[in-house]
Amino acid sequence: MIKLVDLHKSFRTQKVLDGLDLEIEAGKTTVIIGRSGGGKSVLLKHIIGLIRPDSGEVLIDGTDITRLGDRDLNEIRKKFGMLFQEAALFDSMTVGENVAFPLREHTRMKEEDIRRTVADRLNAVGLTGVEEKMPSELSGGMRKRVGLARAIAMQPQIVLFDEPTTGLDPVMTEAINRLIIETQKNFNLTAVVISHDIQSIFTVGHRIAMLYEGKIIAYGTPEELKASRNPVIVQFLAGSIDGPIRIM
Amino acid sequence: MNGVSASVDRLGKVVLENVEEMGKIFLLFLSVLAWMFRPPLKLRNIFKQMEFVGVKSIFVVVLTGTFTGMVLALQGYHGFKMFSAESLVGSTVALGMTRELGPVLTSLMVTARAGSAMAAELGTMRVTEQIDALYVMAANPVKHLIVPRVIAGFLMVPLLTVVSDFMGIVGGYFVGVHILNINPGIFIRNITRLVDLNDIYSGLVKAATFGLILSLVGCYKGFKTSGGAEGVGRATTEAVVLASISILVSDYFLTAIMF
Repeated sequence: MIKLVDLHKSFRTQKVLDGLDLEIEAGKTTVIIGRSGGGKSVLLKHIIGLIRPDSGEVLIDGTDITRLGDRDLNEIRKKFGMLFQEAALFDSMTVGENVAFPLREHTRMKEEDIRRTVADRLNAVGLTGVEEKMPSELSGGMRKRVGLARAIAMQPQIVLFDEPTTGLDPVMTEAINRLIIETQKNFNLTAVVISHDIQSIFTVGHRIAMLYEGKIIAYGTPEELKASRNPVIVQFLAGSIDGPIRIM
Repeated sequence: MNGVSASVDRLGKVVLENVEEMGKIFLLFLSVLAWMFRPPLKLRNIFKQMEFVGVKSIFVVVLTGTFTGMVLALQGYHGFKMFSAESLVGSTVALGMTRELGPVLTSLMVTARAGSAMAAELGTMRVTEQIDALYVMAANPVKHLIVPRVIAGFLMVPLLTVVSDFMGIVGGYFVGVHILNINPGIFIRNITRLVDLNDIYSGLVKAATFGLILSLVGCYKGFKTSGGAEGVGRATTEAVVLASISILVSDYFLTAIMF
């Protein structure tokens, strides 16, 4: 469903993606792991066309989105939802308006149906009665849940999660992880999660891909990764200072 | 020699960067035009921006307009008194306000108040990924964020200029008639006799152009912000400086064309 072929991307002199290949299975949760600042977010932004590669292909259901114009790209984007690192809620709008935004933008639903759908999606992420609150009144965890409610408002096929548990306490981390698992199951999503939180990786991932020096150096089930003898993976999973991963 | 060539090099770079920036702002303007007429119009957003740019600027525009008119009357009186032409103070204030100071000072005040806020708001949206979120939800940020602000700037700055012109004349009248003892009948008659509707129109054309400039520059600078809180601060400063300079430079050319 999502296939990345030989992606190259540099920012000035810094090579971020260096011939990256990855195939993401439909209906599964794939976690992409790697170092902070190693290009994980850049990779995610390529999948949804926010960044165009220097060369290579991003195939979504067989369509190479790197060659699409704005209008066609927007059609493809309707298949997606995305939860941003800091949730990226519109701070000039209430929670309800945030979740309703894609519905108002792309459907001709009646106001009453919109209200019901918004309540429904907020319910799905464990929130009730927060429609009239402003994002600034919410805690970090709540903001992320509202962000997820907005991401699934249009019942997308694919949801991208950009470091969903970064900056949360362990209890909230677990709550968000469970939410990702439930949402993926209930909506039968293809989920792509970016993370460097080892605990979360094994909780939510059906497949794990390790990004290192601009390439995917390992791909497999959590068990396969745990059993890997690749020194980079061993060092990363153990969180050890000694090994091939250099500290800059 | 090396020093000279380095300076020329630097100068060339600055010129090139500025020309490129102007080009990008013009392209943004074209894209605003293209999105402006594509339904559905986001009327709520437009009214919200009009309130912010227009209604909420009234107080500061009233103050600047009144005091500018008062100062003009005082300075004009000082000059005209030398050849006993004090009666011309009223028309001088009115011409100065409508043709020049009304539109320029109003748009500079709106730049400081609303142009800077546009850059800061869009810049914050950029660094907190809210603009990316719009793209991801297949919603065009130019239509949602920039079109309402540019429409508000284009429509509200001329309206504020009318307020500023009026208050300037009222301020001038107060100083001229009540402090400097000019005959009120002559003060008013000289205004109606010497100020043409074209003077007012030319001022309003300027105001609309300045409104366009300040909102486009504010939005452009905010939209291309990068680098966190520092970047937002930089974008805001750059927006105010570039918009103010552009307003003053274009004022000369507009005056030359409409002279």
